[in-house]
Amino acid sequence: MSPEQWTRPEAEGADGPPAAIAAKPTREQVIAGLRATSEGGADLVQLLTPEGQRVTHPDFDIGVSDAQLRDLYRDMVLVRRADREGNALQRQGQLGIWVPLLGQEAAQIGAGRAMQPQDMAFPSYREHGVAWCRGIDPTELLGIFRGTDHGSWDPNSMRFHLYTIVIGNQCLNATGYAMGQRFDGKVGDPNGEATMVFFGDGATSQGDVHEAMVWSAVYDAPVVFFCQNNQWAISEPIERQTRVPLYRRASGYGFPGIRVDGNDVLASLAVTKWALDECRQGNGPVLIEAFTYRMDAHTTSDDPTRYRLADEQEAWKLKDPIERLRVHLVREQIADQGFFDGVDAGADELAARLRDFCFNMPEPPPERMFSEVYAEDTRQLAAQREDYLKYLAGFADDAMAGGVR
Amino acid sequence: MAAPALERPTTTAGAQTITIAKALNMGLRASLERDPKVLVMGEDVGKLGGVFRITDGLQKDFGEHRVLDTPLAESGIIGTAIGLAIRGYRPVCEIQFDGFIFPGFDQIVSQLAKLHFRSQGKLKMPVVVRVPFGGGIGAVEHHSESPESLFAHVGGLKVVSCSNPVDAYWMLQQAIECDDPVLFFEPKRRYYEKAELDPGTPPVPLFTSRVVRAGSAVTVAAYGPMVRTCLDAATAAAEDGLELEVIDLRTLSPLDLDPVFDSVRRTGRLVLVSEAPGEASVTSEIATRVQQECFYSLEAPVLRATGFDTPYPPSKLEEGYLPDLDRVLDAVDRSLTY
Ligand SMILES: Cc1ncc(C[n+]2csc(CCOP(=O)(O)OP(=O)(O)O)c2C)c(N)n1
Repeated sequence: MSPEQWTRPEAEGADGPPAAIAAKPTREQVIAGLRATSEGGADLVQLLTPEGQRVTHPDFDIGVSDAQLRDLYRDMVLVRRADREGNALQRQGQLGIWVPLLGQEAAQIGAGRAMQPQDMAFPSYREHGVAWCRGIDPTELLGIFRGTDHGSWDPNSMRFHLYTIVIGNQCLNATGYAMGQRFDGKVGDPNGEATMVFFGDGATSQGDVHEAMVWSAVYDAPVVFFCQNNQWAISEPIERQTRVPLYRRASGYGFPGIRVDGNDVLASLAVTKWALDECRQGNGPVLIEAFTYRMDAHTTSDDPTRYRLADEQEAWKLKDPIERLRVHLVREQIADQGFFDGVDAGADELAARLRDFCFNMPEPPPERMFSEVYAEDTRQLAAQREDYLKYLAGFADDAMAGGVR
Repeated sequence: MAAPALERPTTTAGAQTITIAKALNMGLRASLERDPKVLVMGEDVGKLGGVFRITDGLQKDFGEHRVLDTPLAESGIIGTAIGLAIRGYRPVCEIQFDGFIFPGFDQIVSQLAKLHFRSQGKLKMPVVVRVPFGGGIGAVEHHSESPESLFAHVGGLKVVSCSNPVDAYWMLQQAIECDDPVLFFEPKRRYYEKAELDPGTPPVPLFTSRVVRAGSAVTVAAYGPMVRTCLDAATAAAEDGLELEVIDLRTLSPLDLDPVFDSVRRTGRLVLVSEAPGEASVTSEIATRVQQECFYSLEAPVLRATGFDTPYPPSKLEEGYLPDLDRVLDAVDRSLTY
């Protein structure tokens, strides 16, 4: 089925239902399908094999220059290093928690680099790679995990909303934003605007995600639902969330759904670019299921050895998104050792900068607790702030007088 | 960005006698006219004009993009309103009945209330959530509840309730003009009560309470549907030579308690009245604050006439559940026995 057909739900009916549904699979077959590895899923869009071989796809092939390939590689390496540094900083007690993105670099860089400056992104909490593509410096992510702020960037000017911790909430917020893009007349030409929202496989069980898909369909909102199926929602496997492959759900809402190899940065880029263009042109929404794997723990507080097998992780290691692009660059002589050394040096620098920044982050002053709660401050809050600051000042006097608390 | 300031007067029409329902409709219309970024959204608000007809005729005049008939999903209504607000719109959401706000509760407390604070003021949330609330209409369950205290408890939200057509008209426009999220509780059982509205008369500020009947014996404070009940109680008491001072609280978060403190300092007695259960409620908060501020003026403990701490009962029992004129007067009498 071509992407053109996907934009017309009834076209699917004309072709008859997909084979898997027509055959009425048993529950075991459905689960087997869900567990299909990236080589196994018949509908998976792939442009770069795990062995680093460039392959073509009838609908989603894109031309990518050598320079772009090197850039994508650099993005992934830098983002991975920032992520590993975040993990290390948590282990050293510098951060309260860290949410690793290890293994999901290709999905996020592919999607992030497909976005245009005028597009808007609504992340969940693991989107460090997308943040990178939106121009958010990784240092700006640290405050969230160190507890100094809830995100320091300006969501409007960066066109990257704050991280959303409540699973699924951001899908509705993104849909509303995309409705606004449509109401503003920014949809319907190749330079139009689109919105992309990021969420996990676990999130697909939430009512908000379902509601967002209903709303975006009935309002033709230019929103790309980008689901990173990393196979696990903390300890709950994908089978605990669904009986059909997630991308197939889109047809129930009346828009196209596509499963892409989330460990293949080229496929992720190509499919997301196509989906965003569909939205720009007014043919959205689109659901993308990026089939990938969370290589590290859910967060630094998690213990994946309690629920998953080492075998599974070993199998996915062979599909590493960075390694496959590196092999491709080497084999095709697109990059030499000097390039790789340069990228690594850049990564070392970034890690050092993050560490430094983290060690020197100022604590927020106590008045931050009371500031910007409202656009129009309330008298009660002003009084509470004043009382609290006075109360704190009392201790300062004690300390000066050598008093003991 | 702030909404265009309210121009006064907004309409050319002179004084007219109208219902609260009509006043809310006129308020919405004035806001939609004034600011193209104002949107009205909710279940059945378009063609039908809402189940209470508060949005009657608005979609016909402003179009489907300004007055949106939404899918049936409260989290969807609030969640998309938040996205629209980020985009620069000023959505006014209608929740069909009080008891159905809970599917949207998550978006209200998790996102709507917090985004200004989380973004350090970079994101404004000028969203109004209109909720027809309270009982006394003989409805089936989930159609008579008073959940306002749940929202007053949440930092980042503002909560108001109107009790008469003049306030209904102005407070709604002021809430829409406000850059903070406002939960707007409408006394559904009073929707069709009438009063004279002259749009040329300037409004009182939104987040203030007001003495609506002066008196010296006992202060009685209420909001929304119970204001009428308290005024009726004051009329009855006056026949017995007892002058009650009645305060319409109007704003529940932030509370404006200065008029209450002033009044209690004069009367020494306070009775608080609400339909909502008393436990851990707006009235508990007021009682605490009054004893902090007016301890030496009080001649009696602060007393309350409220709904019971139970789920809202079947409608055959609501007459007993809801404070009525007699329960208000009983509380007044108890206050006077100290
Ligand atoms: C509404 C809600 N319930 C529970 C949690 C706790 N929680 C945080 S992440 C998570 C799993 C999410 O899994 P998924 O959506 O697959 O995303 P992933 O973390 O795997 O990227 C849970 C249960 C939460 N943040 N929000």
